[in-house]
Amino acid sequence: MLDSALELVRLQENGDLTAVEIAEKALASVRDTQDSINAFTHVAAEQAIEAARRVDAKRAAGEPLGILAGVPVAVKDVLCTNDMPTTCSSRMLKDFRPPYDATVVSKLREADAVIIGKTNMDEFAMGASTETSAFGLTRNPWDTNRTPGGSSGGAAACVAAGSVPLSLGTDTGGSIRQPAAFCGITGMKPTYGRVSRYGLVAFASSLDQVGPMAWSVPDVALLLEAIAGFEPRDSTSLNQFVPKYTDVLQSSDLRGLRIGVLSETAETAGIDPAIMDVVNEAAKVFQSQGAEIVEVNLPHSKYWVPTYYVIAPCEASSNLSRYDGAHYGHRTDSIDMHSPDGPLVSAYCRSREEGFGSEVKRRIMVGTYALSEGYTDKYYNQALKVRRLIKGDFDAAFSQVDLLLGPVTPSTAFPLGDKIDDPLQMYLCDLFTVGANLAGLPAISLPGGSDSSGLPIGIQLQAPALEESRLLFAANAFQTATDHHQKRPSH
Amino acid sequence: MSTHQVTTVIGLEVHVQLKTKTKLFCGCSTEFGAPPNTQVCPVCLGLPGALPVINEAAIDLAIRTGLAINCSIPEMTKWDRKQYFYPDLPKGYQISQFDLPICADGYLEIVDPADDESTRHIGIIRAHLEEDAGKSMHDEVAGKSDTRIDLNRCGTPLLEIVSQPDLRSPAEVREYLTQLKLILMHLNVSDCEMQEGSLRVDANVNLHIDTDGKKIATPIVEVKNMNSFRAVERALEYEIERQYIDWETDGLTIDDRAKTTRGWDDSKERTFIQREKEESADYRYFPDPDLLPIRIPAERIEQARLTLGELPQATIRRLQDQHGLKAYDANVIVNQGPALIGYFERVVEVSGDAKRSSSWIQQDVMRTLKEQDTSIDAFAVSSDQLGALLKKVSAGEIDNARARDVFAYLLEHDVSVDEAMKSLGIEKVDSSELDALCQELLDANPQVVADVQGGKVQAIGALIGQAKKKNPNANPGKVRETLLRLIQS
Ligand SMILES: [Zn+2]
Repeated sequence: MLDSALELVRLQENGDLTAVEIAEKALASVRDTQDSINAFTHVAAEQAIEAARRVDAKRAAGEPLGILAGVPVAVKDVLCTNDMPTTCSSRMLKDFRPPYDATVVSKLREADAVIIGKTNMDEFAMGASTETSAFGLTRNPWDTNRTPGGSSGGAAACVAAGSVPLSLGTDTGGSIRQPAAFCGITGMKPTYGRVSRYGLVAFASSLDQVGPMAWSVPDVALLLEAIAGFEPRDSTSLNQFVPKYTDVLQSSDLRGLRIGVLSETAETAGIDPAIMDVVNEAAKVFQSQGAEIVEVNLPHSKYWVPTYYVIAPCEASSNLSRYDGAHYGHRTDSIDMHSPDGPLVSAYCRSREEGFGSEVKRRIMVGTYALSEGYTDKYYNQALKVRRLIKGDFDAAFSQVDLLLGPVTPSTAFPLGDKIDDPLQMYLCDLFTVGANLAGLPAISLPGGSDSSGLPIGIQLQAPALEESRLLFAANAFQTATDHHQKRPSH
Repeated sequence: MSTHQVTTVIGLEVHVQLKTKTKLFCGCSTEFGAPPNTQVCPVCLGLPGALPVINEAAIDLAIRTGLAINCSIPEMTKWDRKQYFYPDLPKGYQISQFDLPICADGYLEIVDPADDESTRHIGIIRAHLEEDAGKSMHDEVAGKSDTRIDLNRCGTPLLEIVSQPDLRSPAEVREYLTQLKLILMHLNVSDCEMQEGSLRVDANVNLHIDTDGKKIATPIVEVKNMNSFRAVERALEYEIERQYIDWETDGLTIDDRAKTTRGWDDSKERTFIQREKEESADYRYFPDPDLLPIRIPAERIEQARLTLGELPQATIRRLQDQHGLKAYDANVIVNQGPALIGYFERVVEVSGDAKRSSSWIQQDVMRTLKEQDTSIDAFAVSSDQLGALLKKVSAGEIDNARARDVFAYLLEHDVSVDEAMKSLGIEKVDSSELDALCQELLDANPQVVADVQGGKVQAIGALIGQAKKKNPNANPGKVRETLLRLIQS
């Protein structure tokens, strides 16, 4: 029912459904699944109905409507909303209500979307399983004993659970694409700077990017169209024309398109063979639509994860220093007035000790260490150099091919609790996704099949900077030829 | 103070608050004195998700200042985060510039306070842009110990100008600061109000002592919170004395003790320890990922250069070359700022007498400005009026003393010089009238005539005084000339 945003728009235009009816259905679905899935940190029932009412009134009055009119959208709780809490799933921001909307949230409102609520995530977007949330983990609708992935686990699960057709996630090292793959939906990380980060609570500023999640490519294209564009309040935002992404989806003829398959991927130890089968199968589908498959190599791909796990914690340690209990957010009740460091330092330490979870603390420690005097050159500056080499690899590859095809994750959705005590295992979930973040490139994760237990398997396409249209076009062609994106969990 | 050869070594860090309408990374006003926390937004408060956007006006002001202090402006500059925890600093880091500052390698030529006729070359290491922090206000009224935080100042643009340790005395420091302030005022880049914190000076000071053929250096002290030029000078004088006595007492050198920070207590006239053991602060600098590096095209620098106008040092030289002023006089005039320079130049133009203009302005005009606590822009006597008056003095139409009366009259009345003279009854005395007056005096004083004829020319002075009594408008020089002519004829 709530599968497709484009369908919901059409139904309203035909007069078959009102925005209020749609919102009520979405809210009912959220209520039905919240206990079992826990996809939301906050449900904004009243505001949603109110927003839907305004859409219906505008429609009745014949006023022009935005492209997401009456469509329920869920927003990851790392994006600022002026009428709902923004917690980043952290005790630190448990009661934080920003006085402003993130740019993407304003754009949703301008597009007449109905914001249903805020979705659960790993604390401050650090994690690959949504188990580090201070407000309880999220479960995968395909198998509630398994993780939905992370950090946009709630954003993926609420779509997979059928509660909303669209959600906004954020992707720092794969946080949209990996949960999309685990939940059998489509998720896209746009080019760095394509979508404004204003109002996105920073984890690692040079890697973070907001992106759309939905069942199928046309809906992803629709949501991207609504949120993309230049933003003067974000210095890293790109001042480039935004194509009408939904217009590129007419044809599925891929003749002339060269798709590179990453040859070294197959050799990567530990990858589930079922996933490589799915990738190889996908290559054949693209071939059958006229694309040429080429083998390519990204020589520095083995450095993706180590490079990422220096840069991201360094930036995070800095970005999270503002949470000190002084201005907003959690402040300790138990300042030690007689601390040898003085009451002020005691207030900082205790507020942070109580406010942050262990994964966040771990990354702050790693980042602080790597940036400290004497180590900057050894770690941070070295990582920046390798990052340039990684970008160079992509440039070289894209001089030969138009797109890159590969896996999203080394495994399908793993059982809850499986990796939570083993950070290094958790970090390897980003093995195939962090490259796009380090190079700032757009990438999309699509349902490509399933494993023997019926769990979804994703495939990933990556494109040169600002080539979202190319990515969406090829991804849509794949979905025209396959039905993986139409499978639904039977919860 | 010593029997040893002692060299004082001082380097300055001057924080200049740039006169932009809005803050460095957001659109909030930089107006001074607003109620606490009324000039803030998510960006300058460092709220989660807010992002900085550079204020181009601050870049331009920094470039202009850099050019004026002979710095080079690199093609590329960037932003770094300087991490430390403090309640005044909402983000937990300050956006500053670490390894690629916007201005590098400059200098200032200052007049050597020990020798007016020579100059000293003071190197400038760098000048970088950074955002200011807020202010903590410790409220201890009624036994409470609350700290209130005002974040209005957060994000205000600062330019930190760091000198080489080239300064050798408090007097040189004062001269350097005077020169720097002059440039900043000339460029209109800052209000330079030390009391309001728009100009803040930290001084690093130590002594290099020659003892038994060995050179040792005393531990470096950074002196802070000095809020006037006078305070800077006195704090440094105190500190130099203190360091020497300390060294005589404990013999500690730079190798024995890390840099310490001392504050200046103006009322007690002494420095006091602020941080005993300065751990080498680890600010964990790294490039700010929210801000792109800034490319500064050569055209932008050239454009800025065109807006500089004549810099104060050049004006000082020109006043010497073009108007024949002494270095000291040129300095005094230029130190008063662009408006007074303009006033002076117009007075010279109208009067045609630079030296007289210079001395009148330094004495009569500047004294009156001080008495009236006003500025030259609001001064009652216009440059045209003063020029016209001095032209008459030079032409011998009126003497200096009478001219002062006219000047005083002009301060009170909005009239022309001629009208003022008329009102005061000062009229030009024509030569036949003067001849008659002088002849009358000579007739009445034969002894004087005899004395002069006998070679005692100074005897004529008595008659000049009498002439002035009979006719106050008579020019003493002319009277003397006429008397001598009549005696000799
Ligand atoms: Zn502001």
